[in-house]
Amino acid sequence: MAEKLKLDIVTPYGHVFTDDVDEIVAAGSEGEFGVLPDHVPFLTTLKIGMLTYKKGGQTGYFFVGGGYSEVGPDRVTILADSAERSDSIDVERAKAAMKRAEERLKQAEKFDQARATSALERAITRIHVAEKK
Amino acid sequence: MATLRDIKKRIKAVQNTQKITKAMKMVSAAKLRKVQNRMLDLRPYADKMHDVLMSLAKGADRESHPLLAFRPRKTVEVVVVTSDRGLCGAFNTNILKAAQKTIDGYTKDGFHVSISTVGKKARDYFKRRGVAARNSWIGISGNVSFTNAQEIADDVKENFMNETIDEVVVVYNAFKSMVAQTVTVAQLLPLAPIEEGKEGAAPETADFIYEPSMEAIFDRLIPRNVDIQIYRALLESSAAEEAARMSAMENATKSCSEMVGKLTLQFNKARQASITGELMDIVGGVEALKG
Repeated sequence: MAEKLKLDIVTPYGHVFTDDVDEIVAAGSEGEFGVLPDHVPFLTTLKIGMLTYKKGGQTGYFFVGGGYSEVGPDRVTILADSAERSDSIDVERAKAAMKRAEERLKQAEKFDQARATSALERAITRIHVAEKK
Repeated sequence: MATLRDIKKRIKAVQNTQKITKAMKMVSAAKLRKVQNRMLDLRPYADKMHDVLMSLAKGADRESHPLLAFRPRKTVEVVVVTSDRGLCGAFNTNILKAAQKTIDGYTKDGFHVSISTVGKKARDYFKRRGVAARNSWIGISGNVSFTNAQEIADDVKENFMNETIDEVVVVYNAFKSMVAQTVTVAQLLPLAPIEEGKEGAAPETADFIYEPSMEAIFDRLIPRNVDIQIYRALLESSAAEEAARMSAMENATKSCSEMVGKLTLQFNKARQASITGELMDIVGGVEALKG
């Protein structure tokens, strides 16, 4: 019986977070999912979204910019393309990115629309997560 | 015997060389710090990704993704990662020796070997030997970016999928510490089989639940893993190169100091000899006048 979940968040730019937590909620590509200890082995792709964990009375929030999540009975490994803790998000930069992405979406012939859309989504999610603190 | 002026000139020359080697060492140290940080940041991600993929591949059907397939091996691709620039000790020699050994091994087993090179040193080596490389990339080792890695990975994946090549191995220098690099030969494609009896790391062989589906996840995860592993090899090699250059330059600087010491001794001896000679002349002259 696992008591705790070992949460690991790694990105190509470094180890973001590792700790033993009680509960995790993350944004899977097929919808949000929650994990408690002794979950069945589960593998999913993640979309751009928020990851929440609970430990004791504390709650932490992360921005996750897509990736994969591997769930075992006593651990959750997040292989994120990018990830930031809510209090380390650069809101100014996210706002600038949002503006830029919106500009680009207006000029459909000049810019890659798929990229601009996901950039916009990332920026909006970042701002949203940053408000959580 | 060398004149005083000759010795002085040589001392000056050696000191100039020392200045250069010292500066190069410093430059390498700065570059190493930068690339080392990026490499250390990537390592946990690359390791975890490899672990996840391994535990997946165990339960998966090998036929389920083209990049997983074990085909009868006919052509083996060897990707050799070296540096663009020299003056880094035995760094490139070691790599090329190991690469040659790998290639010879495959050839002896009757496989056709195709070669991709990264870095000028590998390109020149195979050119000198009259071996045509399938593909050559240069200008990467100085500033590794993920885009570089993707370019190489895309080429390898494409050739693997259209069955031009049936296996891919990468030969590169892994960064171990400031003074040690280890030549690493890693199989990239198809995903190496899990060795029997080494399952302790991931005991739960239970079936995974996949979302959206196993195929969809493999479709994204496997190519991404190739990108990441190549990116990692490039970063490791780049860090190892700077470390190797640093210690090579350190040694060169030391040798310069030694040489300056030896030459100074020689210089002083020569000076002493000439002074003694002059004194003898003067004394001899005085004696002659007295006569």
